[in-house]
Amino acid sequence: MDESLLRTLTPTVISVLVRRGADFAAAEDAVQDALIEAVRVWRDDPPRDPKGWLVTVAWRKFLDAARADTSRRHREALVEAEPEPGRGETTDDTLQLYFLCAHPSLTPASAVALTLRAVGGLTTRQIAQAYLVPEATMAQRISRAKRTVSSVRFDQAGDVATVLRVLYLVFNEGYSGDVDLAAEAIRLTRELAARTRHEEVAGLLALMLLHHARRPARTAADGRLVPLAEQDRGLWDTRLIAEGVDVLQAALARDRLGEFQAQAAIAALHADARTAEETDWVQIVEWYDELVRLTGSPVARLNRAVAVGEADGPRAGLAALAELDPALPRHTAAAAYLHERDGDLVTAARLYAEAARSAPNLPERDHLTRQAARLNAKLRG
Amino acid sequence: MAKYLLLKHYRGAPAAVNDVPMDQWTPEELSAHLQYMRDFAARLESTGEFVDSQALSQEGTFVRYDGEGRPPVTDGPFAETKDLIAGWMVIDVETYERALELAAELSAAPGAGGEPIHEWLEVRPFLYASPTITE
Repeated sequence: MDESLLRTLTPTVISVLVRRGADFAAAEDAVQDALIEAVRVWRDDPPRDPKGWLVTVAWRKFLDAARADTSRRHREALVEAEPEPGRGETTDDTLQLYFLCAHPSLTPASAVALTLRAVGGLTTRQIAQAYLVPEATMAQRISRAKRTVSSVRFDQAGDVATVLRVLYLVFNEGYSGDVDLAAEAIRLTRELAARTRHEEVAGLLALMLLHHARRPARTAADGRLVPLAEQDRGLWDTRLIAEGVDVLQAALARDRLGEFQAQAAIAALHADARTAEETDWVQIVEWYDELVRLTGSPVARLNRAVAVGEADGPRAGLAALAELDPALPRHTAAAAYLHERDGDLVTAARLYAEAARSAPNLPERDHLTRQAARLNAKLRG
Repeated sequence: MAKYLLLKHYRGAPAAVNDVPMDQWTPEELSAHLQYMRDFAARLESTGEFVDSQALSQEGTFVRYDGEGRPPVTDGPFAETKDLIAGWMVIDVETYERALELAAELSAAPGAGGEPIHEWLEVRPFLYASPTITE
C-alpha cells in the first residue's frame, strides 16, 4: 500500500470531480473519503489502475453525499453528467488547485491546512497532529477555508507568490510531528515546479533543498541545536545540495531575481564551503544587500549585519546592528554573538542570557542559555 | 499561527471590576456564566482556534524528591501562596492582537448582576518545540 502514490493522486482526482460538475468543497470531501477507503482496501486488494479506482470511488462518495443533501432534481442532473471519460484532467488542473488553496481571501493558517489536505492528500487527523491542535478544530479550520473559497471560480488564474508563501510556511513548520512537513513542502514545491517555469518557484525549491540537506547536522543526538559554524559538514546531504544548486543556477540564469532565489543563493554559498572558515562572507553580504533591496525586510537586515561581522570584523557588524531596531527578534542574540567575536565576553554573556529570556522556541532558548553558561564558566576561569 | 495560554487566577491577578465571589451569585447568574464559557469554547472550535480548556481545583499539594529510597515529601496547601492558577484555555490564533481580543471576550463573561466580570486574564505565548528552519 503506497501512501505517497495515493497522496500524489489527490489533486488530480479532485480536479476530475470538479470537471464533472462537483463543487470544490464536495469534491474535496469525497476524495478524502475515497483516500481513507483506499488505505483500508488496497493493502489486501491493490487495484491495477489506482487513479481509475480513486476516481470511481470518489465519484460514488460524491453522489452518495449529494443524494443525502440535495434535491432529487439536482441529483439526477449530476447522475446524467457522470460519464465524461473523454475529458481527462490536465496538469493545469493541479496548478489551479494550488491557486485555489492559497487564495488571498484565506488566512495563512487556513491556506496551509487546505493545501495540505486538497493538494497534499493528508488526512485532517494528520494535519491536526502536525500542528498540535484537536482534530475537531482542524476540521473546522478546513471547512471554513472551503466556505471562504466557495465562490472562487476553479479556473481563475492565481498568483504564484501566494502559493509560495504557503509552501514556505509549511516548510518552516519543520518535522516535530508524525508527518514530516518539511519533506511534504518539498514534494509539493517539486510538483509545482514541474508545472510552471516561474523563477521564484525554482528559487524556493532550491532554498528548501539546500536547507533540508543540512538537516542531519542541525541537531545533535541529544536534541541540541548545532549552529552552522559547528556543524559536521560530512553529514550534509551532497545529493540534495547538488540538486539545489542546479535548480538555483537554472533559475538565476533567467535573470529575474526574487527573494527566494536570493535566500537560496546565500544557502548555496554556505553549502559550498568545505569548512566554516572557507565561507565566502563577502559574497554572502552582497546577496543580503540584494535581499534587503528586494524585500526591505528587517530580518534580512539583521542577518546582513551578522554577515558583515564575518566579512569585515565584529566592529563593523555591531555598527550595522546599531542602525536597526533593538526590538527586532534575535537582535540581542546577534549582538551577543558579535560582542563575543569582538572579545567582550562579559557583555556577550549578559546579552546571551537576555536573548534566552525572549527566545521564540525551546531549542533556541536552550542554545542561548548554553552560550551564556559557557562564557560565564570561562569568565570564572 | 501561534498558541497562547489564557490563564485564569484564583489569586495573584489584580482585582476584577465586578469583583463578587462566585458563592454570592444567584444560581441563574452562575448558569449564565457557565453557559457563556461553553459557548465561547464552542465558538472558538468553529473558528478553528480552540486547543484546550481545563479548570483546576483550589487546593493542591507541593511535592519534592527526598533522596534515594525515600518517599516523596509533601507539603501545603499554603494559604499564603500569592499566585494560584484556577484554569486555562489554550488557543491557536493568527496574531497576538487576536489573542488579546479573545482574552478580553473571555474576561467579559457575566458574573454578579449579570454584568461582565472584567476579570484580569494572563496571556502567555507558547515556546515552540522546533526552531524555524530558514533563518
